[in-house]
Amino acid sequence: MKYLSEFRDPEQARQLAAAIAALLPRVRERLPQLGERPLRFMEVCGGHTHAIFRYGLNELLPAGIEFIHGPGCPVCVLPMARVDDCVALVQREGVILASYGDAMRVPGSRRSLLQARAEGGDVRVVYSPMDALALARDNPQRQVVFFALGFETTMPSTALTVLQAAREGIDNFSVYCNHITIIATLRAILQSPEMSLDGFIGPGHVSMVIGEAPYRFVAERFGKPMVIAGFEPLDVLQSVWLLLRQLASGRCEIENQYLRVVRAGGNAAALAAIGEVFELREFFEWRGLGSIDHSGVRLKPAYARFDAERRYALNSPAIADPRACQCGEVLKGVIKPPQCKLFGGRCTPASPVGALMVSSEGACAAYYRYRHSGAEPVTVIDKPGSEEKVNRETAESRR
Amino acid sequence: MNLPFSPVDAVDRERAPRRITLAHGSGGRAMQALIRDVFLSRFGGDGPGGQTVLEDQARLPLAALAARGDRLAFTTDSFVVEPLEFPGGDIGKLAVCGTVNDLAVGGATPLYLSCSVIIEEGLDLALLERLVDSMAACAAEAGVAVVTGDTKVVPRGAADGLFFNTAGVGVIAPGVAPAADRARPGDVVIVSGPIGDHGAAITAARDDLGLDADIASDCQPLAALVQAMLATGADIHCMRDATRGGIATVLNEIAAASKLGINLCEPAIPLREPVRGLCELLGLDPLYLACEGRLLAVVSAADADVLLAAMRALPAGEGAAVIGTVHSERAGTVSLRSGFGGERLVDTLLGEQLPRIC
Repeated sequence: MKYLSEFRDPEQARQLAAAIAALLPRVRERLPQLGERPLRFMEVCGGHTHAIFRYGLNELLPAGIEFIHGPGCPVCVLPMARVDDCVALVQREGVILASYGDAMRVPGSRRSLLQARAEGGDVRVVYSPMDALALARDNPQRQVVFFALGFETTMPSTALTVLQAAREGIDNFSVYCNHITIIATLRAILQSPEMSLDGFIGPGHVSMVIGEAPYRFVAERFGKPMVIAGFEPLDVLQSVWLLLRQLASGRCEIENQYLRVVRAGGNAAALAAIGEVFELREFFEWRGLGSIDHSGVRLKPAYARFDAERRYALNSPAIADPRACQCGEVLKGVIKPPQCKLFGGRCTPASPVGALMVSSEGACAAYYRYRHSGAEPVTVIDKPGSEEKVNRETAESRR
Repeated sequence: MNLPFSPVDAVDRERAPRRITLAHGSGGRAMQALIRDVFLSRFGGDGPGGQTVLEDQARLPLAALAARGDRLAFTTDSFVVEPLEFPGGDIGKLAVCGTVNDLAVGGATPLYLSCSVIIEEGLDLALLERLVDSMAACAAEAGVAVVTGDTKVVPRGAADGLFFNTAGVGVIAPGVAPAADRARPGDVVIVSGPIGDHGAAITAARDDLGLDADIASDCQPLAALVQAMLATGADIHCMRDATRGGIATVLNEIAAASKLGINLCEPAIPLREPVRGLCELLGLDPLYLACEGRLLAVVSAADADVLLAAMRALPAGEGAAVIGTVHSERAGTVSLRSGFGGERLVDTLLGEQLPRIC
């Protein structure tokens, strides 16, 4: 397939891995303050996390480079109260809730949307908000609510759908807006005192919309290099190499590896639609990370009639994450998934406690799926070296 | 009420209405006409024992069965699919293939099927006729006779268009004994062709996806393929058809039953480009996509070449390939080595695969 196999060539991957290994000593020379600790690069986006595990990219890299799995899985950071709101909507007479497939399994405080559907709620999986609008057109006697979530990647399609609904005067359609912005979250991570990162693999699809400029503060204010990356294995490897090249030469910039998709200025039409429909919230609650200022958007007053929050007076009482759940520490890269007390025991993909176990792009689900046999606590099935490492981490976390 | 399909004295030749109504399930003339015109006319002919009058059961002559083997294989399956017709097949063809293949992978020669149908009031009669045409054609291809059946009509909303159930009887020849717990270290895993075509075709055919993908279901009977494999004389240790849950689920069952590990080689697994593309687009894993005309066999490495040659000589097996090996480490697990050399576990699916947004 065009644009797939070219970026999955094992031979080129080996060459890139060799180039990375060759560059690493120069980076260490340049950064003596690292001491013995490994270089830590955060891949912000869940799509990258998925690629790293699916292709075993960890194993290709030389020792001394670690991926820290960031918060870029919109399903994972969705607070339980927002799921509860959706469940409450579904239980109302005459409401059809249209949701992306990802959100169906996310646990609310009592039930997920899958469970609400099994209890008779009308929940439809859609691939786009336009499908939800079509549902509203086809069911004029019902109220259709679209469960909008995602970063800047999915914001434009929600915005364009609201604009379309306004043009057509469809009044049985509304949006429960849970869109969030990656920029405020990156800032929060960078300001966290626990943070020890050496660079970022920047989000690809978000950047396709917002371009490169919004990330400048990462390099300019916080002194961390970032490479905006595609989602194929060679993309990720090349981005690691580009990060090392910056560090080795003392540069600190926002670089764009995903040139085939991301333009420096982003997508003007998409940004215009976002600007027309959405405004920043003062703060938004993130699962695992808590409240982050200016990290969410809502519909502007001009589009209030399409805002399910206003129409149904939803006010999402805050629900604390389960106490033992360490999703927040994993999201900030402070611990690895197997170091969480619940990992693989009380918290598994079959019955997730924390959000990171829910989506296939969540770091914990990826660890579990690709590394955990289900029988033993944690077994890494690739290299004997890394097996010891993870088992040791698990042992430590149990003390 | 259970009616064998065999010739029947002429009853009233009233013209069947265009849509199925509750009257078609009432036991009266409309129902008799439906059974006669839609089902008997397609499955009819003399019954298995030269039976010429409709009775409440089909009567299967034992001597003919005993001549073919020493054990009966008996299975049943229900079929619900949306849409009822999809590229590469329909629910009628599926209802024959599903049961025929469940018999075949036990090493049985499938011989007789039942056909029960639950129809939602309002179903287009022309559609029903197309589906039964398709069943009859597929049964003929598979060499099975549909010998008994039943129809029910339920009010609108109580079913989704139409549901089929088929049960099947086949005969297993002496000495043939594929079983999930017979895999041995050093065995190889063979798949009969590209994986996931059926699951991908159904996903792409659903209205709400609006995709224009060139993907057809792999729905096909495997009886002839299995007989060709058995004819090589190779001892087939395990054999399963990969339906719901895809090859990942079947291989996990074999690994668990045999208390051994299975290691797959990702580049060796046949996968059509459009299916790969659809999976990339929706974030689905083809290892878990349903097939309806593919089987997995676990055999001694020494038998692999002769089996592959026999399989590839038939259309149902032309894409056959060795995709993995059985080993004694990590009992009960399936792992996959990617083209990159990285290895990951292939776990049993938790629930339905849900598409990702980004």
